[in-house]
Amino acid sequence: MTMAQKAIDQSEYVQRTLKDTQDFSWKKFFLQWEWLLILVFFLVLVINTNLSPFFLNGAGLRDATMIFLDKAFIVFPMVMIMILRDIDISVGSTVALSSVIMATLYNDFGLPMGAALGACLLVGALCGLVNGLLIVKFKELSAVIVTLGTMILYRGIAYIILEDQASGNFPAWFSFFGWGNIGGIPFILIVFAVLAVVFTLLLHKTTFGRQVFAMGNNTTASRFSGVQVDKVKVIVFTLAGIMAAITAIFLASRMGSTRPNVATMYELDVIAMVALGGISTAGGKGRMVGAIIAVFILGYLQYGLGLINIPSQTMLVITGLLLLAAVGIPKLNVSRKFKRFRRKQLE
Amino acid sequence: MAESVIDNSAELPVEKKTSKLAAVSKFRELGLLAFIVLLCIVVQTKNASFLTIGNLTDMVTNTAILSILALGMMLVLITRGIDLSIGSTLALSGMIVAQTVSVYSGLNPILAILMGTAIGIACGVVIGFLVAKIGILPIIATLAMMNIFRGLNYTVSDGQWISSYQMPASFVSIATSKIIGINTLVFIAIIIYITAFYFINHTRTGRQIYAVGSNPESAKVSGINQTKILLIVYSIMGGLSGLSGVLWVSKFASAQGDTASGYELTVIAACILGGVSIAGGSGKISGVLLGAFLLGILNNALPLMNVSPFWQMAIQGSIILIAVIINALVKRGVDRNNLLRRKI
Repeated sequence: MTMAQKAIDQSEYVQRTLKDTQDFSWKKFFLQWEWLLILVFFLVLVINTNLSPFFLNGAGLRDATMIFLDKAFIVFPMVMIMILRDIDISVGSTVALSSVIMATLYNDFGLPMGAALGACLLVGALCGLVNGLLIVKFKELSAVIVTLGTMILYRGIAYIILEDQASGNFPAWFSFFGWGNIGGIPFILIVFAVLAVVFTLLLHKTTFGRQVFAMGNNTTASRFSGVQVDKVKVIVFTLAGIMAAITAIFLASRMGSTRPNVATMYELDVIAMVALGGISTAGGKGRMVGAIIAVFILGYLQYGLGLINIPSQTMLVITGLLLLAAVGIPKLNVSRKFKRFRRKQLE
Repeated sequence: MAESVIDNSAELPVEKKTSKLAAVSKFRELGLLAFIVLLCIVVQTKNASFLTIGNLTDMVTNTAILSILALGMMLVLITRGIDLSIGSTLALSGMIVAQTVSVYSGLNPILAILMGTAIGIACGVVIGFLVAKIGILPIIATLAMMNIFRGLNYTVSDGQWISSYQMPASFVSIATSKIIGINTLVFIAIIIYITAFYFINHTRTGRQIYAVGSNPESAKVSGINQTKILLIVYSIMGGLSGLSGVLWVSKFASAQGDTASGYELTVIAACILGGVSIAGGSGKISGVLLGAFLLGILNNALPLMNVSPFWQMAIQGSIILIAVIINALVKRGVDRNNLLRRKI
């Protein structure tokens, strides 16, 4: 028997089976980013209740939820976009353009409101589709620069249509979207919950979702494994456009009118929510649940700060700091762990 | 068998197959210049008051601040970064300096300019620290800092404007005074461009910026301190925006909470028009200058041609998109050309 064969026999002897799922461990389960988020969420509630006696008030909380939830629809597709290692900063402009076109079609072209709503969704989808196609067809361009261009372009078109005017006069039933409730639960919350379930299942339980994660980890490898990478990317960006249009509908309904400068800087809030939700900016990692909890953390934080008369400008600073903390703290941790790992390897 | 294969490859007309797009890339600045000349001719035929000395000096003065900022942004883009916070940095430094001169009216204008630059550098160092030391993506870090600086600006100003009557004459005259016959803004821009030309092309650090941008791994292997370079680049960007803040406030004679909000997009547009690659590693001073001038001419010419101001944003957006797409196509041509010329 040769040495080589002996080695093979021995290796068979110690052969280990590689499990396709890891063992469940309580330690790992509780060391998840989402638990930290839930903790922060309750911390926000407790601090706010202590700071202002008006915070824990059913009607107040309900109204606050209606107000901050409109931009939260964009969080779902943005999670996917950031898992794909891309970014979309044109969503705020898409909201403005689709709502402006909806209002103009209804007021100036005499379309029925239902058709105008359809047109709004269509415009949103089209905006997202253009983003996606440009990013896919011109791989040299990063998503940052494409959406930067379309961000200016979409809002520019909105300005061409409405100039400095506002457009409103929606039918009475339209205000149901923003203000209505079914059995005491705000309509917007119901829509949000349904979409949350749909998107969570889409991201975590379908082939499409797994393909998104695969692409975020390694686009080239997923392409060679048969994932239609271009198609997936275009679909995700189109979804972002559609969700921006839904935001436009709820926003226009709540405000009663729309202007070309609505929803400016929504992209910052959305990106902050997604980053806070534990979705890695390096791509390929993250969970929908985290982002959904982050929506409520940021929403109630801003509402509570508003109650104790902190001006909205200071809120800008706090949102920015939260975004930095959410992105920076895991980085610090990882780099320290990595250094320790390297040191051990060298030894 | 092997010989015939070699023979075949030798027969290929390798040298003749150069892409037309690749040829374009050699004359990119020339193309941009030709486009500017063409645009000027068109505008001139529509409105005869365009090519007059008065209008041209106005245009150059208005473009000075944009060109200063575009220079800093070029360095940031070369290192594969992006800086969205410059509008806020500009506003913050402008506001603090304006408040200072409104209290201490005797402050020397040069000191005011230095003070604004120092504030800008401080802002830039923070961003550089976040990007270089902690390793946050530039777009996320600067998006966050954009809001933090903007919020600080509102907090510092308490929602108040500083108007021209609160500023001493010596401060307002920074933008209108002349040094050796040239407007001070233009003079400062020229000095900065000359310094930058020397810095980028003839110093070790300047060349290292390109090295870090075109290939971070090999730059690291060759012993370039990437952290230091990134810190320097973001500090320069911050310093230039701080300086521009003072010039801006002096030029428009008012400091507001929302000064230059969204101006970063115009600056990035100027860079992209000037042929700076967003993927890093390439960009020329001459290109950026021409890009800034193209935007300056457009801003000046559109009102002269009776284009509604509401169209300006859409036109700007389309120009950015078209420019980046042309850039991408040109780069494809260059790459194909390089592959064809490669000796196998």
